Parts: sequence; structure tokens; C-alpha cells
Amino acid sequence: MRESRYWILSLVAAACLVVLLGTHLFLMHLDTLLAYLGMANPDPLDYSAVMARGRSGGWVGAYILLLAFSLYHGLYGLRSVLSEVVSPPGQRMLTWAVIAVGFIAFTWGTYVVIKSSLMGGV
Amino acid sequence: MRRYNNRLGIRGWIYAGNYGLERYLYFLHRISGLGLILYLLLHIGVTSARIYGGAAWEQTMSLLSGPAFKLGEYVLMAGAIFHAANGLRLIITELGMCIGTPGRQEYPYVSSVRKQRPLMILIMIVIAVLLLLSGVDFFLV
Repeated sequence: MRESRYWILSLVAAACLVVLLGTHLFLMHLDTLLAYLGMANPDPLDYSAVMARGRSGGWVGAYILLLAFSLYHGLYGLRSVLSEVVSPPGQRMLTWAVIAVGFIAFTWGTYVVIKSSLMGGV
Repeated sequence: MRRYNNRLGIRGWIYAGNYGLERYLYFLHRISGLGLILYLLLHIGVTSARIYGGAAWEQTMSLLSGPAFKLGEYVLMAGAIFHAANGLRLIITELGMCIGTPGRQEYPYVSSVRKQRPLMILIMIVIAVLLLLSGVDFFLV
């Protein structure tokens, strides 16, 4: 695939992230605003709340999408930044290093999300 | 043919000459992006504490609570807000919108960069409002 295609993919991921990450941050941090809008969300970081989210299919899907988009977009950006300071012979290795980090992070994250959804009643 | 060496290195992120404001938003965009990706990797690690049971989760959460972490979270939120809003501006201009139509150049020449200014100002206002809203929610309520 041409480099420009990866770049467009990164742009598409970014557009999805604006929605997904915006929702994520809104639900996690802006509790007063949520309550004001009639969507009260008592302590989203409480363990039972975390696991309750982890059990629902919608949340599992959203978390995996969030992982995929954010890792792709973020690591693509990191590679762009690092490619300016890495010498030309090192570019290919940089790409592979970034792919490796992304693969490990995505596998681990997906494992955690799926395992916690299987843990059932806490 | 010798190529002119236009590589400014890391110093060039911060200052690359007399360009418009948009060129210097790029530095903020880059810094916030780097912060966010490094945090994301950390975040994947920290939130995986959930699979080791309630006690492990509570321990991790208590370790990461306190005024310093709250401030850190707000800085991250600010970075995300800036990166998202400015990124939307970049996508819009990348797709050729809000930068004026190409036309025949007549003297006195006008920089086309000026045509992006309204969008940039609008986005900056959006960012300021969101920063204020989340700041109030974080610290004052």
C-alpha cells in the first residue's frame, strides 16, 4: 500500500477518535456537566462500575474500536515525528518497531477487555 | 547538485522563521500528540489492573489519586481538547475547505494564509470554551 493510503487511514481514524475519545473523556471526567444534562453517572471509576461496563457488549466493542483507532493514529503520528530524527537507513526499522509496539499494546488491551467481559458477576 | 540543507532539527519545531500563527500551532499539536500517545500506552497498562480483581483495582486507583494526578489529568484533557479541535481544523484545510478559492494573482499580492485565519480563530474560541468548561468541572464543582 502507498504511504498516502496509510496517511488517509490515519485521518479517518482521527475523525472517529474525535467522537469516540470525546465521549470517553466526557463520561469519565465531566460528571457535573453530565448530572446537569440529566445523565448522572456516579463514580465511573468504581470497580463494580468498571466491571459492569466491561460486561456489556456495546462497551466491549467501543473499547476495542477505541484501542484500534487510537493506537493506529497515535503510533502513526509517533512514527512521523521520529522519522524526522532517525537517519534514512533506520526508517524501515522504525516502522517495524512501531508496528511491534502497536501489536503488543493492541493484543494486551483486547485481552484485558475480553477477559474482564468473561469475568461476569463480580 | 548540492541540496540546500533545510533540516532544522528539533529547534525547528519551536521556531522555523517568520511564519503565521498556524505554523506555531503545529508545535502545540505535535507536543500534545506525543503526550497523548505516551499516555495511551501507560493507560492501557494501568487499566488492565481490573483483571486482577477488585482489591488490585482499588489499590491502583488509590495510588493514582491526589491533587498532582488530578492536575495531570486536566493537562491531558487539555491536550486532548486542543489536539482534537486543531486536528479537525487540519482535516478541513487538508481537504481544501476554508482556504479560499485559487485565483489569478494580481499585485498587490495577498498571502493565502490570511484566508485560513477565521477558521483558526473560531477553533481557538471553541478550544477556550471547552478548556474553561472542563476546568470548572474538574476543580470548582
